[in-house]
Amino acid sequence: MSWRNIGVVYRKELTDSLRDRRTVMSMVLVPILLMPMLTIGAGVVSVLMFGKAMQETPTVMIIGGEDSPRVLAQLLQLSDIAVVPTRPDYAEEISNKQIRAAVEIPRGFDAAIEHGEVPTVRIYLYQGELRSVFGADRLQRFFSGLRDRVISQRLAARQLPENLIQPFRIEQKNVASAEKVSGATIGGLMPSFIIILCLSGAMYPAMDLTAGEKERGTIETILSSPVSRVHLVVGKFFMVFTAALFTALLAMASLGLTFAAGKSMLAGTPQLNDFDFTAGISVRALAAMFVMIIPLAVLFSAALLAISLFAKNYREAQSYLSPLTIIVMLPAIVSVLPGVELNAPLSLIPVLNTSLVSKEIVSGTYHWGYMLLIFVSSCFYAAIALWVAIRLFQKESVLFRT
Amino acid sequence: MIEADKLSKQFRDSHRGTIRAVNAVSFRCQPGRVYGLLGANGAGKTTTLRTLATILKPSEGTARVAGYDILRDPEKVRANIGFLSTATALYGRLSAKEMVEYFGHLFGMDGETLRRRVETLFARLEVDFPDRRCDSLSTGMKQKVSIARTLVHDPPVMIFDEPTSGLDVMSARTIVGFIRECREQGKTVLFSTHVMSEAEKLCDTIGIIHGGCLKTEGTLAELRARSGLQDLEDIFVRTVAS
Repeated sequence: MSWRNIGVVYRKELTDSLRDRRTVMSMVLVPILLMPMLTIGAGVVSVLMFGKAMQETPTVMIIGGEDSPRVLAQLLQLSDIAVVPTRPDYAEEISNKQIRAAVEIPRGFDAAIEHGEVPTVRIYLYQGELRSVFGADRLQRFFSGLRDRVISQRLAARQLPENLIQPFRIEQKNVASAEKVSGATIGGLMPSFIIILCLSGAMYPAMDLTAGEKERGTIETILSSPVSRVHLVVGKFFMVFTAALFTALLAMASLGLTFAAGKSMLAGTPQLNDFDFTAGISVRALAAMFVMIIPLAVLFSAALLAISLFAKNYREAQSYLSPLTIIVMLPAIVSVLPGVELNAPLSLIPVLNTSLVSKEIVSGTYHWGYMLLIFVSSCFYAAIALWVAIRLFQKESVLFRT
Repeated sequence: MIEADKLSKQFRDSHRGTIRAVNAVSFRCQPGRVYGLLGANGAGKTTTLRTLATILKPSEGTARVAGYDILRDPEKVRANIGFLSTATALYGRLSAKEMVEYFGHLFGMDGETLRRRVETLFARLEVDFPDRRCDSLSTGMKQKVSIARTLVHDPPVMIFDEPTSGLDVMSARTIVGFIRECREQGKTVLFSTHVMSEAEKLCDTIGIIHGGCLKTEGTLAELRARSGLQDLEDIFVRTVAS
């Protein structure tokens, strides 16, 4: 193996690729811009959406209650709901988002309460629709309050203490660190994005260095030089690998900086429950994640090279690589699903394993055994992909496919 | 020196089955002489030259180029040839100088030797645009850079595959002049063409190839004497038809 020749090929490919606008875009601009956009952008959008939904006075329909003037009057006095005239198609109106919720007061509600009966109040909502849930929530709060007041009156009438119906209280207390809480919330998503960016960063150089060479007619030029095909493909591989790793590194740096910026921006603002955005991701976690991504970057680079080498031109390479993006995105998405936890069999599935272990790392949990298993298995897959790429580079039917 | 010995090359095609592009071709090119492979499109010229340049592996037979066997020492063969064809394009995003230097490095040249060699070549070929990117060059300029690329390591053997195909008159003249220069320097020159006038002007020996087989070879005078015809085109047509 002549490292000198590999170095010559690598340096040329690096110079050449850095002058390619598409490669620079996918390697530098996308990871730098995407991370802040995804974190801050998504955060701002969701806060705005939530805020707007919370500020809105939900339109509510009251069904029945004509014989219960007391509860009806209290409902009509509520300032945080807007009562609209009753119509029989309330369910359809909720589904069509014309009104947010409806409440059905059973016949003789006021009298039933006075007589100690247990009437049922029904609240109709569009489950999963934020504004409808907020509307239903306000109705729920009103009736819960009314129930508490009725209980208090009944206890007072019988001269009984309030603690009769509340013998003890229940409190939930979070024991996970702020890093773990924020990691579990955002950690699932971010490693997946970094993995996808690692692939996309390597995609353009891989196509340019293989199918692009065929299309531009330089493949015959380079094959007429004395450099061996093994050295040539290894030199090209190192360039693609550099792009993959550099993109992942930039994405991580961008992620770290986004959280650092978030920390200073949110300094002094009250925390939302135990979720501390500013706890963010530690440098240690980013470093560990980077180490775990290295064999995956080798796998991506070699696979991309091998597939795009098979293509006759750039366009064909793009059509071959598009399904690969989906194949990589699938395990990355699966890793985010609730209940998908890292275990020994999943540690052997490429991409999914790195995505899952990165999720754990970001939340501050280091499963050293699994990390070793994932690193070794990823190295194994990467070696196979590299071997295939080298073999394909020796095949005339692939190099001169017409 | 190039010595082809029963060189054959087969391809497998999913539609047409096995194609015998080159069939037991044997010939010899001497240093200081130009050997022209004359043939129609699809006759097997490009495959023969690509096999000799070790870009393709022969299915049967072998050849020795500059003293090295194409099967045993393909890298040494490539280190001793300059290969130029219309398919050997330049890297568009590299400058003319970077392009030639890249190949110099691949041929094991470094530092001052390479720098001086590139300067000499550019001066001789009148490449006064060393820092311009190759994708911004005219066809003629690109040809000059390609010639510099093939000569950077001063190879004893030159292989040209239809080097003037698709070029304008001026660019084609540059190439023809360059081939003559190579002969004068004592290099072994093998080139393929389907242009009769070019073969007549340049070749010391002409080999007529058709259907992957070398039908006949000799100097122009020998071919004329053998066929009783004067015009190379007539000789070519009769040879191919026979």
